[in-house]
Amino acid sequence: MAEKKKAGAFDIRIVIATLVGIYGVVLTVLGIVEKQAEIDKAAGININLWGGIGMLVFTAVFVAWARLRPIAVPIDEKPADE
Amino acid sequence: MLAQQSILRLDATAIDYIIIALYFVFVLGIGYLARRAVSSSLDFFLSGRSLPAWVTGLAFISANLGAIEIMGMSANGAQYGMPTVHYFWIGAIPAMLFLGVVMMPFYYGSKVRSVPEFMLRRFGKPAHLVNAISFALAQVLIAGVNLFLLATIVNVLLGWPIWVSVIVAALIVLSYITLGGLSAAIYNEVLQFFVIVAALLPLTLVGLHKVGGWQGLVDKVTASPGGGEQMSAWPGNALSGFGNSFLSVIGIVFGLGFVLSFGYWTTNFVEVQRAMASKNMSAARRTPIIGSFPKMFVPFIVIIPGIIAAVIVPELAQFKATGSGEVDYNDAILLLMRDLLPNGMLGLAITGLLASFMAGMAANLSSFNTVMSYDIIERYVIKDRPDDFYLRTGRWVTVAGTLIAIGTAAIASGYSNLMDYLQQLFSFFNAPLFATFILGMFWKRMTAAAGWIGLVSGTTTAIVVFILSENGVINLPGQGASFVGAGAAFVVDILVSVLVSTMTRPKEESELVGLVYSLTPKEQRTEVTLRGDHGWYRRPVLLAGISLAMTIVLNIVFG
Repeated sequence: MAEKKKAGAFDIRIVIATLVGIYGVVLTVLGIVEKQAEIDKAAGININLWGGIGMLVFTAVFVAWARLRPIAVPIDEKPADE
Repeated sequence: MLAQQSILRLDATAIDYIIIALYFVFVLGIGYLARRAVSSSLDFFLSGRSLPAWVTGLAFISANLGAIEIMGMSANGAQYGMPTVHYFWIGAIPAMLFLGVVMMPFYYGSKVRSVPEFMLRRFGKPAHLVNAISFALAQVLIAGVNLFLLATIVNVLLGWPIWVSVIVAALIVLSYITLGGLSAAIYNEVLQFFVIVAALLPLTLVGLHKVGGWQGLVDKVTASPGGGEQMSAWPGNALSGFGNSFLSVIGIVFGLGFVLSFGYWTTNFVEVQRAMASKNMSAARRTPIIGSFPKMFVPFIVIIPGIIAAVIVPELAQFKATGSGEVDYNDAILLLMRDLLPNGMLGLAITGLLASFMAGMAANLSSFNTVMSYDIIERYVIKDRPDDFYLRTGRWVTVAGTLIAIGTAAIASGYSNLMDYLQQLFSFFNAPLFATFILGMFWKRMTAAAGWIGLVSGTTTAIVVFILSENGVINLPGQGASFVGAGAAFVVDILVSVLVSTMTRPKEESELVGLVYSLTPKEQRTEVTLRGDHGWYRRPVLLAGISLAMTIVLNIVFG
């Protein structure tokens, strides 16, 4: 990474993944301790649990994406194929 | 209002407030982080033209996914059903693709910094002033309307006084935009997009489960007032206001699909600014095209919940059957949240709504400050200062814009009808703009005088039609009046522009390179493949073709 200039100040993907990840943890924990009355309200689906798990999966995907393709600005913006 | 409060007040608990608060910490954090990337006015107003296409693409649709969109489209869903999808599949996607494929090369390629600045280069000062001033005015007024809507929702949902929510929301938006400029607005729009999906997707899924899946929904809607035709998008008579099915299809395709939507999506600087912030021509062209993919699926998490609410929320079903009650269609999504979501998910859903309302206002302000600073102050008032003067000006203009928006919100709270009128009126302004732009981009003979005279006469036509329909002289139900108004404005603008052009002297061809199709060399109109732009999935025209094909398939499946 040393020779490549990092783009901007931060990677928005990590910021999004962090927020959604925190939400995912909170909702999953809520879902695990959910009372039956709340589950009945959502038509029998433990939506906090499933929603939370969904968000954790989303977080994992976003982190993986940011890891696999980190943003870096090429030093020169010359056409690559010529 | 009091009765409505008791029905709609959501049972938010500490955990919901924590989820809401967490979001705002991130919003302000993004403003702070984006600040480090701001060192010139171009960084502040156009993110230094450095953003990747997926970021600007999501911001492109997020900027439009505000209060009016979410509440309005779910309300339309509850009232009309599936025909509401035309606002997306007919009324947005073709225009977005057109912007990316045909018009973006001129916007981005000419290196203008705003849509009014394109007007200046193509048609000179009079057209530029007309465009810049009407745009800036519209933006602060709409920002105020967004602010007021947000405050009303917070008041109804959580019980905060309206003025408290107005000031808190204004301060939050103000701080992240003055810090980070357009980058902060765009990054927050991307964050907001995911929060809205995270909020509305579970709501839709739980709602669908509750009505017994898709088939259950079809059965219930068929048995409800309005009947089974609400489950098919075409011909959409109830939506267009035409009794005749053929006329209805024509009205939707030309009125909504062509005149209204092309005007909005291709000339509105709030949208185009997002694409101008992208890092190169290819990314700029891909911005609206990438945005069209999520855009075509937004109806499923906005309109479907509205349809579901109309059949399973007793108060709303009663309103639909009898036309009276303590709630109305605008409450559809709130009622569904109240009935279906447990605490936790409920907090996330409220966060999603607040996020969308604030982003709408932020989008208005971040385009307002650009046009005020670059197009009005730098061009006419205080010229030839060093760049950091205009950067500071931009920050102060944002503060001023926010204060005006608070004032507008106060007016809106007193005269809600007035604000409705204004917004409707502004929607008419886009049609003549589109006429002037498209003629100017493809007809090199069009003169500077034709630019502003056409614009003024088109806009006047729109205002006249608007006044006539408000006074009942023209009597068209539903969306009919705005279709006719926008259509008439478009036609008058073209006719007047052509007429004036034949009588006045055209601009030198050398001045029009990069602005007019026939005078712009192909290399300047198309993207040079830069590193990181390879791969078939990064080719704008191909992507646009895929998007169009998917939209057609959706129309057939849900037709």
